[in-house]
Amino acid sequence: MLRVENLAKSFDDFKAVNGANLDVPAGSLVAVIGPNGAGKTTLFKLITGQIKPSGGKIIFDGQEIGGLAPHLINRRGIAMAFQIANIFPRLTVFENVQVAVLAHARKSDSLFQPARSILVSETNDILRDTGLLTQAWRLAGALSHGDQKILEIAIALGSQPKLLILDEPTAGMSPEETTTTMELVKQLAAARGITILFCEHDMQVVFSVATSIMVMRQGQTIIQDVPENVRANKQVQDAYLGGNDA
Amino acid sequence: MFTGFIPTRWLAIAVIAIATLVIVPLFAPTYYVYILALIFVTALLAMSLNFVLGYGGIYQFHHAVFYGVGAYTAAIIITRFKQDAWLAFLVGPFVAALTGLIIGWFCVRLTRLYFGMLQISLGSLIWIVVLRWYNFTGGDNGISDIPIPPALKSETSAYYFTFALVAICVSVLYLIVKSPFGATLQAIRDNAPRCEAIGIDVRRHQLIAIVIAAFFGGVAGVLFVALERSVFPGMLFWSFSLELFIMCLLGGWFTFAGPMIGAAAIIALSRFAGRNEYWTTLLGVILILLIFFLPEGVMGFIQARFNPLKEEHVTR
Repeated sequence: MLRVENLAKSFDDFKAVNGANLDVPAGSLVAVIGPNGAGKTTLFKLITGQIKPSGGKIIFDGQEIGGLAPHLINRRGIAMAFQIANIFPRLTVFENVQVAVLAHARKSDSLFQPARSILVSETNDILRDTGLLTQAWRLAGALSHGDQKILEIAIALGSQPKLLILDEPTAGMSPEETTTTMELVKQLAAARGITILFCEHDMQVVFSVATSIMVMRQGQTIIQDVPENVRANKQVQDAYLGGNDA
Repeated sequence: MFTGFIPTRWLAIAVIAIATLVIVPLFAPTYYVYILALIFVTALLAMSLNFVLGYGGIYQFHHAVFYGVGAYTAAIIITRFKQDAWLAFLVGPFVAALTGLIIGWFCVRLTRLYFGMLQISLGSLIWIVVLRWYNFTGGDNGISDIPIPPALKSETSAYYFTFALVAICVSVLYLIVKSPFGATLQAIRDNAPRCEAIGIDVRRHQLIAIVIAAFFGGVAGVLFVALERSVFPGMLFWSFSLELFIMCLLGGWFTFAGPMIGAAAIIALSRFAGRNEYWTTLLGVILILLIFFLPEGVMGFIQARFNPLKEEHVTR
């Protein structure tokens, strides 16, 4: 579904991503791991178009998408949930998700229809699936940190993506919240047939959830393989055990 | 939660306010009727600004330009081209919208403060043309004694005309705010990069919002001509834009009706205190007091206290 080939991005002289390779088959849950500063977030930003690559290819559904504007990449079927809850604080939880659903239905420009009567059931479906329905009328900015992260995922689901990218979905969560969130992600992926690409610091989460793991170090892909092989890989052990941070 | 488009409490207040405003000319002195009509015009202008400012988070620093362009277009069509005044009133807002499209097209490429700076520059360019092009725009004298349709000659009929058009425009603005377009605009205000990530063409959306705001600013300009029968370059001077800004802040820029209150307060104050050399000082003091004591404006303050839905306050 998604293939990244020899992707590069430099900021002035600093090579944030330099030779990243990634293969995300349809229906898989692929994790990207690596020490801080390995280029994971940059990689995700490149795939979603927030920054433009300086080299290499990003192929989604057989077409090159590298360098396209973010909203165009989203319309192809890629949505992202951000590391820092990136929501609309002054809108209600319902409106947060509805805005994405409206955009997906290409109804964002509709001027003279009351928004509250459009695509309500589609929006409520997502809120129900993510467990946010009971808080639908609260202002998003007033939600707890954990719920804002869930809302972040719900907004991404509003785009009805084929590929959902999650940048550290459980960052800042308690162990219990982490477990429930990852369960939720697995459920959503199965129920909606979404392919997931995520990065995560918690190795236990990664090895229990991912069907395939890509390891990055200094902007470069070391290996991508099934969890068992990654765990056994000598280079990975070096990167993590010998590296500056685990 | 789903019942009604407007909360019942506000509906009741609106009905009483509208009824009062309809019967005012029957007993109030002409001067006050005129002031009230001027408040309507300015309220529409402030609300059109707030559509992009409060709902869009767009730093529209020079909104008065669209007001001036609408007014001057009407005035020039009537006096220079000797065309029908109604036609002129119709064309004014569209030329204002076109100006919004051109200025906006450049400005949406920039963010926030830079957007505002460029807009002040481009707007001031139009102001200087209006000021210098004596034989077309009347230069610093402006254009006065503009012949308007006989139907609008009396203070009362001008009042009702203004009132009706402002009411219609405000209702349309309200519908737009509550539409998918409006919801998306507010989402862009809260978080533009996130909007791009969910497939929204942010710049295009902002540009359409600016054109809509410019159009209604133009309507206000045309109404000013109907009411005042004159135009002058001060209408599109940047300091007037600042006044509009303060109206929005004073009334509450995260509320729909706020700018209306702000416009009423500032217009009433300017008539009471006079637009003399102390006027800008007075505005400055108001601005400082606002920032310290009413950062969400009068309506924001009221809403935070009396609207149960907004009990959870979100600050940015």
